[in-house]
Amino acid sequence: MMKTQPTNLAAAPNNWREALAERFRQGNLGSLPVIIGLIIIAIVFQSINKNFLTPLNLTNLMVQIAAMGTISTGVVLILLLGEVDLSAGQVSGLAAAVMAVLVSRHNLPAGVAIVGAIVVGALVGLLQGWWISSFRVPSFVVTLAGLLAWQGARLRVLGDTGSINITNKFIIDIANFRLPIWLGWVFGVVGVVVYALIVFNEYRSRRAAELPVGSLNGVLWRVGVVGASVLAGVAMMNVNRNANAAGIPIQGVPTAVIIFMTFLIIFDFITQRTRFGRYVYAVGGNTEAARRAGINVNRIRITIFMLASALAACGGILAASRLNAANQSSGDGDVLLNAIAAAVIGGTSLFGGRGRIWSALLGALVIGAIANGMDLLALKSSIKFIVTGAVLLLAVTIDAASRARRENSGR
Amino acid sequence: MTATEAAMPVLQLRQVSKRFGAVQALSNVDFEVYSNEVVALVGDNGAGKSTLIKTIAGAYKPDEGDYIFEGKVVSVNSPRQATDLGVETVYQDLALCDNLDVVSNLYLGRENVRRSGLKSMDLLNETEMERRATEVLRDLSVKIPSVRVQIANLSGGQRQSVAVARSVMWNSKVVLLDEPTAALGVEQTRQVKDLILRLRERGLGVVVISHNVADVFEVSDRIIVMRLGRRVATFHTARSTNEQVIGAITGAMLPANAYGEAE
Repeated sequence: MMKTQPTNLAAAPNNWREALAERFRQGNLGSLPVIIGLIIIAIVFQSINKNFLTPLNLTNLMVQIAAMGTISTGVVLILLLGEVDLSAGQVSGLAAAVMAVLVSRHNLPAGVAIVGAIVVGALVGLLQGWWISSFRVPSFVVTLAGLLAWQGARLRVLGDTGSINITNKFIIDIANFRLPIWLGWVFGVVGVVVYALIVFNEYRSRRAAELPVGSLNGVLWRVGVVGASVLAGVAMMNVNRNANAAGIPIQGVPTAVIIFMTFLIIFDFITQRTRFGRYVYAVGGNTEAARRAGINVNRIRITIFMLASALAACGGILAASRLNAANQSSGDGDVLLNAIAAAVIGGTSLFGGRGRIWSALLGALVIGAIANGMDLLALKSSIKFIVTGAVLLLAVTIDAASRARRENSGR
Repeated sequence: MTATEAAMPVLQLRQVSKRFGAVQALSNVDFEVYSNEVVALVGDNGAGKSTLIKTIAGAYKPDEGDYIFEGKVVSVNSPRQATDLGVETVYQDLALCDNLDVVSNLYLGRENVRRSGLKSMDLLNETEMERRATEVLRDLSVKIPSVRVQIANLSGGQRQSVAVARSVMWNSKVVLLDEPTAALGVEQTRQVKDLILRLRERGLGVVVISHNVADVFEVSDRIIVMRLGRRVATFHTARSTNEQVIGAITGAMLPANAYGEAE
């Protein structure tokens, strides 16, 4: 017979080692492997090159992964449904092109260009989701067609010049602006306080309803660890990163980081705490059961494809902003594969129904850290690809092994 | 004789027929289940058990005949209409989501929420759902490690129990169980049988489809035998033998009628 499994906030067993062993046996490791992986990556690169764990490099890393991570957030949503989206990279490129053309060629205001690009993304998702649901064509094929078609659409939108520079200050600032020091602290402190309130409120209401609760110590630890990480991150990004101490200070949290974090928080909230989020997991876990429970499976699927493509568009906007341009390779190459790899490395199952939005952050950090660390070591990109591939394979293998353990446990 | 014999059946089908192309799946079948009663529906493969259950569950609409619930003729054209009446079905494949915990499965599609204005953005009231789920499972003496354990980590018997518990959480009056003990071990089968008896104690009308005549004798009050799309015999479990029931299933020995005479 099994022991109580630690879930959500509830019923954490007193002995953490026992709890861990139990989760391993049941195949519910979640994000644990990737966090261990990140620590190993940090140790390895730092021991080879002492520039790795510096405020400058880590802040750069966060900005580098913001676009990939945002696209990956959408990919996590898709994977939770048990589907796949191969068009995400090209949709990001198309959105970047649409925004650049609207703002640079038609001289429209930045806000209009940005909204226009996101709407284009959402419409692409609507079309793909509707097609998959209506004609029962596998998402793999529909989005593969999308991969080709949206690439063509992007080239068409860009026109003959092929590359459009963006000079609009607002759009450039999306990724490159640095918040004033005080505003960075406000974001950090408010975030931590809200998180703490939610956690304690949940603890209190569970106690009031006489439901099992973990020890108060455990709750305090959780809030402490999350709070300390967030505030340490803000502090680090508020340090002057300019190597020339006499020069103009480079300091403050980049807006790209705030935008990415905001997406993560919003979508984690939606998936964990709303009816819609529950239905996403249900459809990903057992579509037939979801249908019998009266859930409108097609509506969930179409909505998710729309959200994912809109997020891909946002990622494309972030990337274009960072690059100050949209060009013929926007959204090409490894953008799609990195976004999918990030979701899977972060702990979201390819088999549907398991994973958290946060895996987009964790996985993007792993891929970003490997790329960034190898750049510091001036390694060739050939090695970078091979190492990233190996990490992805490892992550998928852990996922498959967890699934096998799950199927063997309990019966 | 069961105490409810004289009372009105909670659910009744009258002269129901159903064809699929050339196949007459049901011909003029009567069916009734009372509150506080376990009725077993037995028969060989192709006897019409599944068609009958699906008709009761609202998945099939009969070509002819009446669906009578609590004495009134009603129109049931979809599973949703059946559940709205209080008729719940537990299919053999259970329809649970492996990746969700017990509470989420018990409430799937009927979540307890705080309204937010937009239906899909309603906030889940986890505390309330967990409190009531714990209560229901305790009432039914369903033993699981925790209501927050994922279905994937439960045994077959525990899963079946969760599926049954889900069907009785919503003021249901009739529960249909399709082969509830198929593929279960001895101990797990016993757990599920105990659960079936507790459903009866709660005043529900329980319909059990089963292949296993021995199991049927342990839990049922009445046994209805189907054969080639017809109802061929009815037995009071307490006053019948294994041989009589098997004889009726195979057609080797049809009894005189309900409770003794041929139909």
